[in-house]
Amino acid sequence: MQKNLILKSLFIIAVLLVFVYGIFGIPGSFSLDGLKQSLLKRISLGLDLKGGSHLILEVEVKEAVGAETDHAVELLKEQLQKNNVHFNDVSKPDPDNHPEQIVIKGISADASTQLRSIVTEQSALQSYDLAGGGDTYTLTMKPSAANDIKDRTVEQSIEAINLRVNTLGLSEPLVERHGLGDYQILVQLPGVDDITRVKDIIKSTGRLEIRQAFGSAQGFPSEDSIRQRYQGLPPNTVIMRGAPPNEGYFVVARIPVVGGTDVRHAEVGQDEYGQPTVNFTLTTAAGNKFAAFTGAHNEKTGDPNPFLAIVLDNKVQEAASIQEQIHENGRITHMPEQRAKDVALLLNSGALPASIKYIQESTVGPSLGNDSIRKGVHASVAGMLAVMIFMLIYYRGAGINADLALILNLVILLGFMGFSGATLTLPGIAGVILTVGMGVDSNVLIFERIREELRHGKAAAAAVDQGFARAWVTIIDTHVTTIVSAFILFIFGTGPVKGFAVTLTFGLMANLFTAVFVSRVIFDAILTRKQRGEALSI
Amino acid sequence: MEFFRDTQIDFLGRKWYFLSFSLIFSVAGLLSMFFWHGVPLGVEFRGGTVISVMFAQKPDEDKIRTALDKAGIHNARIQGLGAAGENKELIDLPQSASANTDADEAKYQIIRALETSGTHQDFTKDLNYAGYDVMRTALASRDPLHKPPEEYDRIARQILDYRDKTKQGLLRSFDELKQAGIPAAAADSLAQEYFISDFHVYDAQVVGPQVGAQLRKQALLATLYSLAGMLVYLWFRFELIYGVAAVVACFHDTLITVGAFSLTNTPITLTVIAAILTLIGYSMNDTIVVFDRIRENVKMMRRESLSEIVNRSINQTLSRTILTSGLTFLTVLSLYLFGGEVLHGFSLALVIGILIGTYSSIAVAAPMLVAYQDWRIRRSGRSPVPVPAQSGKGKVRVKV
Repeated sequence: MQKNLILKSLFIIAVLLVFVYGIFGIPGSFSLDGLKQSLLKRISLGLDLKGGSHLILEVEVKEAVGAETDHAVELLKEQLQKNNVHFNDVSKPDPDNHPEQIVIKGISADASTQLRSIVTEQSALQSYDLAGGGDTYTLTMKPSAANDIKDRTVEQSIEAINLRVNTLGLSEPLVERHGLGDYQILVQLPGVDDITRVKDIIKSTGRLEIRQAFGSAQGFPSEDSIRQRYQGLPPNTVIMRGAPPNEGYFVVARIPVVGGTDVRHAEVGQDEYGQPTVNFTLTTAAGNKFAAFTGAHNEKTGDPNPFLAIVLDNKVQEAASIQEQIHENGRITHMPEQRAKDVALLLNSGALPASIKYIQESTVGPSLGNDSIRKGVHASVAGMLAVMIFMLIYYRGAGINADLALILNLVILLGFMGFSGATLTLPGIAGVILTVGMGVDSNVLIFERIREELRHGKAAAAAVDQGFARAWVTIIDTHVTTIVSAFILFIFGTGPVKGFAVTLTFGLMANLFTAVFVSRVIFDAILTRKQRGEALSI
Repeated sequence: MEFFRDTQIDFLGRKWYFLSFSLIFSVAGLLSMFFWHGVPLGVEFRGGTVISVMFAQKPDEDKIRTALDKAGIHNARIQGLGAAGENKELIDLPQSASANTDADEAKYQIIRALETSGTHQDFTKDLNYAGYDVMRTALASRDPLHKPPEEYDRIARQILDYRDKTKQGLLRSFDELKQAGIPAAAADSLAQEYFISDFHVYDAQVVGPQVGAQLRKQALLATLYSLAGMLVYLWFRFELIYGVAAVVACFHDTLITVGAFSLTNTPITLTVIAAILTLIGYSMNDTIVVFDRIRENVKMMRRESLSEIVNRSINQTLSRTILTSGLTFLTVLSLYLFGGEVLHGFSLALVIGILIGTYSSIAVAAPMLVAYQDWRIRRSGRSPVPVPAQSGKGKVRVKV
């Protein structure tokens, strides 16, 4: 009995040490501040407690599907022409809502086999289903292929955003796929209270395109002046606004010469006048394409429109006339230094494959965070102290038991959070409170039961034995029920609710250990020292 | 010390009082939910924009309203927050943006409107809004002290610590900065481009409509599934009727708590949901303690009727019930009184929930067992007491 007791006590001390290590690690110093520092290093506080921004973005995945079908439309036209198949039109009937659909009109009746063989032979078209007959056919992207594109778009966006926030040097940013919606991304930026600039950088697609410009490198004062000059618009062109300071209107080619993912590297530089520029280098393939284009459309070749527009995020950043063939290097001028830095960052982190929009933002100022922690901790400590003092008064000797079990329970819970790198949020505190409540409850259950047995005239040792045995059944039932519900919350919940479930589950398991095992060992230790028949302090 | 000893209270004899008490509160809550305040949802569930602002002086709500009106925001609710001396206001804008624009547009509209109610325009130049990055770059690019950039990183951090920790996020003047030990040249240099407004946005929540709907659905499902999980476990350990009674009691508690939120028009936020989950766990715990005692007594008291057994079991566990509830209530009350505004809704839910949860295990769950049995007797004329099996799979054997 004695030896068994010593073994058990050693086991308890070992557990205590392991979890104290979990809370503090090896602290740099043992002063109050040093301990606090190492505690905060191990247990991170949630945004609701320390301040920061929590953003949820939605990726417009349809855009990426649309871009893919745009390619398919071009390819199909090219192939049909090459095979001398007559057609009136290849287009997307509803590009906004159904970007996955392409309609081919005016196919002659005898050409349907040719159309089918083009669709099956071209590898880029194999992810499409061809339907229809007569002179009209519909080409629809297979749902699985569309979903692949959508998933890839979200993954690429996460990568790009991750790179951007990391380059900005923000501390502990979190960028991950958000579980709730279909194509959503969660971004958490702790400790940031001014997020206007960060948000702009995240949101910016970072898509750099070079397109041919028409009419003039200076742009036009209004849309009307363009329509007057061309009586409408030149074929295959669109109108784009300029970026400040030149907010004019430009006529640019619909299909860019160089697209969003063609930049290899970008950096901030200076022009001849010492003004900031962004210098960029294209990938080899894009460089060749660009050289071919500028070779054919420069001032010397007599092209009526020897103009280039550098388009960033669908705004013309700069337009100029092409004097001679250009290879893979380019530069953007006329921007303030901060903007130049941001643009270089965007180009290096890669373009977002689709635009994104903010659908949720929660920004807690650091002052509020400080305030909530201080008040929350004070209130919890005050409540716990009140409970512990009451237990001492009400159960006297056994109250020490309960208080020790309670403290150990908290140590294990916090130690677990330290080990697992869990984040303490407000709902997490709710989990701690329920744990403490159930810890007290387990003790009360056992003590009341022991008292009852003592009233029935049992001896101290037998009463303790019976009390624990009877209360154990109840304790198991209450704990398992709560753990079952916590487990379900963990599966179906997200974010804060999940945190609550994890804290609760571990707290309850710790509680089974402290309230039943530890408390029992303490009782046994007291009982072995007592004379036979001596009363128990409970 | 001992408060309760051998109590002999006839709880089941008072079931009509209990029933009317529960009915009054449930119906009052339901009436409020349907005809008065509705279920006041926090911004994360209903969508919209909620901004909490602290002002340097006592805020003039009419002035704020005029400024917002001028900016084209007409349906905002403006409401004082916290104690009167804290000068805090909450600006609550219901969902207005269509699903196609960024949800955060309204936030900037409001901040811009507040800036213009003073003499300033551009909130990004407001030192009560600016963050570390802005201050650091501003200082380093002007370089008033002719020092390396690291020095300005340190000064920016110092300004922010002073603002957020000492001044609760609200600077009053540039002179204040100098007194706090910021080099005068640095403060003056900031003053040339930046300004200090008379307010500070310390909390901003922006939620788009689709997020609100998702979260609503998810919180509801998680709660329902967890109730179902508990029901199944209790069915396995006791009998189906025990599980049903416990879940009905939990549902009763949730209904009354949500009703109380509706009556007091306190918004139900995500943290309140966590509190409601806590109280469900707590109430379930309480109920199981009583049920466990009933199960134990059913085996020992074969002669007595179920209602006598239930009464006895409630009395036997009464001391534990009151003690545990009282102690947990103490913790939660301390959170409610001293926990600050962030914990307000959360601790309110727990304060109500623990009282109701304790009450319901005595007054709802246990009497339901007896009512069920009476109903079975009346229907079949037999007396099949729903006694949990003595032993068998899944039963924890008592170690003696």
